Amino acid sequence: MREITYREALREALREEMLRDETIILLGEDIGRHWHGAFKVTQGLAEEFGNDRVRDTPISENTIIGAAVGAAITGSRPVAEIMFGDLLTLAMDQILNQAAKLRYMFGGQVKVPVVVRAPFGAGVNVAAHHSQSLESLFLKPGLKIAVPSTPYDAKGLLKTAIRDDNPVMFFEHKLCYALKGHVPEENYTIPFGEASIKKEGEDVTIVATMYMVHKSITAAEELDKDGISAEVIDPRTLAPFDKETLLESVEKTGRLVIVEEATKTGGVGAEISAVVCEEAIWALDAPIRRVAAPDTPVPFSPTLEEFYLPNEKKIIDAVKEIVP
Amino acid sequence: MELEKEKLIEIYRKMLEIRRFEEKAFELFGENLVPGTIHLYVGQEAVAVGVCANLRKDDYVQSTHRGHGHCIAKGAQLDKMMAEILGKKTGYCQGKGGSMHITDFSMGILGATGVVGAGIPLAVGAGLSIQLKGTDQVVACFFGDGASNQGAFHEGVNLAAVWKLPVIFVCENNLYAMGTSQSEVMLIEDIADRATGYGIPGVAIDGNDVMAVYEAVHEAGKRARGGHGPTLLECKTYRHKGHSRFDPAKYRPQEEVEKWIKKDPIKRFKTRLIDIGVITEKEAENIDQDVIEVVEAAAKFAIESPFPDPEETLNDVFSIE
Repeated sequence: MREITYREALREALREEMLRDETIILLGEDIGRHWHGAFKVTQGLAEEFGNDRVRDTPISENTIIGAAVGAAITGSRPVAEIMFGDLLTLAMDQILNQAAKLRYMFGGQVKVPVVVRAPFGAGVNVAAHHSQSLESLFLKPGLKIAVPSTPYDAKGLLKTAIRDDNPVMFFEHKLCYALKGHVPEENYTIPFGEASIKKEGEDVTIVATMYMVHKSITAAEELDKDGISAEVIDPRTLAPFDKETLLESVEKTGRLVIVEEATKTGGVGAEISAVVCEEAIWALDAPIRRVAAPDTPVPFSPTLEEFYLPNEKKIIDAVKEIVP
Repeated sequence: MELEKEKLIEIYRKMLEIRRFEEKAFELFGENLVPGTIHLYVGQEAVAVGVCANLRKDDYVQSTHRGHGHCIAKGAQLDKMMAEILGKKTGYCQGKGGSMHITDFSMGILGATGVVGAGIPLAVGAGLSIQLKGTDQVVACFFGDGASNQGAFHEGVNLAAVWKLPVIFVCENNLYAMGTSQSEVMLIEDIADRATGYGIPGVAIDGNDVMAVYEAVHEAGKRARGGHGPTLLECKTYRHKGHSRFDPAKYRPQEEVEKWIKKDPIKRFKTRLIDIGVITEKEAENIDQDVIEVVEAAAKFAIESPFPDPEETLNDVFSIE
């Protein structure tokens, strides 16, 4: 079976979709032939599709997204890249007030087929302005959110995102780009709102996103050695969110640990926790545990960043707190 | 510039449609039939009409919170507009948008944004679509003096300039951003001067002279359609009413208001048309009567239309296909 990296999988998705549909264009800072994107996802695409369809922009995040939205409502299908997820904050008006609301506010007159790609995540010592995980900010009506953790999911979800007629926030993780995994050569897409059970288990459900999926799988393998069988679920999209798979798992295991790299307060874990409390509290045999970053900005120094980030040990500890 | 008689009369009629529509909307507001707020275009009619008289149906306009005039000038239907203002199901946005967001995509209106300046990047994106398709359409992007202080203005105009996108940036400088006068928030007199910073033409014109607006947009349109890029057009104008609702606009000196009322764009154009023999006083009166009837019918339609069902709140968050 063919193995490629997450970065290559994303590139394949972009390339295949651009070959399929010539209205698809890419916009972003240094995504073209000079640099190929800060994380090299767009390598070779400007060369293949030309500067008209792969456009280097000025450093103008608000207008990168705004122009992408404006192009989306007039017949193009843009994929905008924001170099670091932290910089999405510069474009919040265009994302939350425009992209997310235009269809609704105009009574369904328009479709907004735009994808915004951006990398999140710490672990590479680039401090507080290049390391955040801000996905919870985008849990708002009118936006879909994809958070792939593996090369297979990255490719299938990105193709689905590009074909969707709605705005999709597509969040990648810096530490995932170099990960290798099985990606078939044939064409496939992954529907939104379908979680992936990355490891089956009986005693506890671990729901995790992005790079934390990998930490959680490693933790679960360690827990196996202690006789604790953990099920690891990756929702793959936060909006729509696959409640069914999660609730079925929690009903089976009776225990839930939520792992996310973002800061704890107001995070995705809080929302998932609320869903389980509302709909399956009687299935729980123990309190829910959240493993997340502390409520601080991301620190720079390796010792600080290591302390900050959730890891296998923190996940194992959380599981052992609630599994007898 | 010589225009045919029919075109001149059409321009006059469109300005009157805006004026009478706004007067009616304000009347209904006073009768408590308009939920929320309302931003009237009265006094600025020459801008929207002078711009849109240059546009084809397949050209785009990007509108603002003070957008009724843009929509009428681009060909939106008065009845569906008024119904939207009243929050009715028969309105353009089925009651989801209201006065600030009236839009008719079938007429090339890309939406009216309530966030000052936010339409500028959207218009740039529409220009990008046009360039990619290789057509000779244009986008007219309306915004105010206040919006020209937004970062979105800088980013958007610069991007359109550097990519030579077919956008006509139409700054309607009515001298006040809500209650704050231009001189309090910028040191320059002509916002058009900002064009220099982007390497594009900037033209300041009398925005109460519909023919001046028409001619300037004609030039900007030729440039845009020819692939030479955007123009920043500053139309100096004045809103006769306050910013919104019942704002008495006490922050404006009385002499200033009177000076601008004397420059009423509709009266000026009517005098000109009579002077050059395009219409008579009687014909002008007939046009006005006709417009008033159409506006009354639109108001009647809006008032008699049903409100949306409450459950419709949940529709159209996403396109489902």
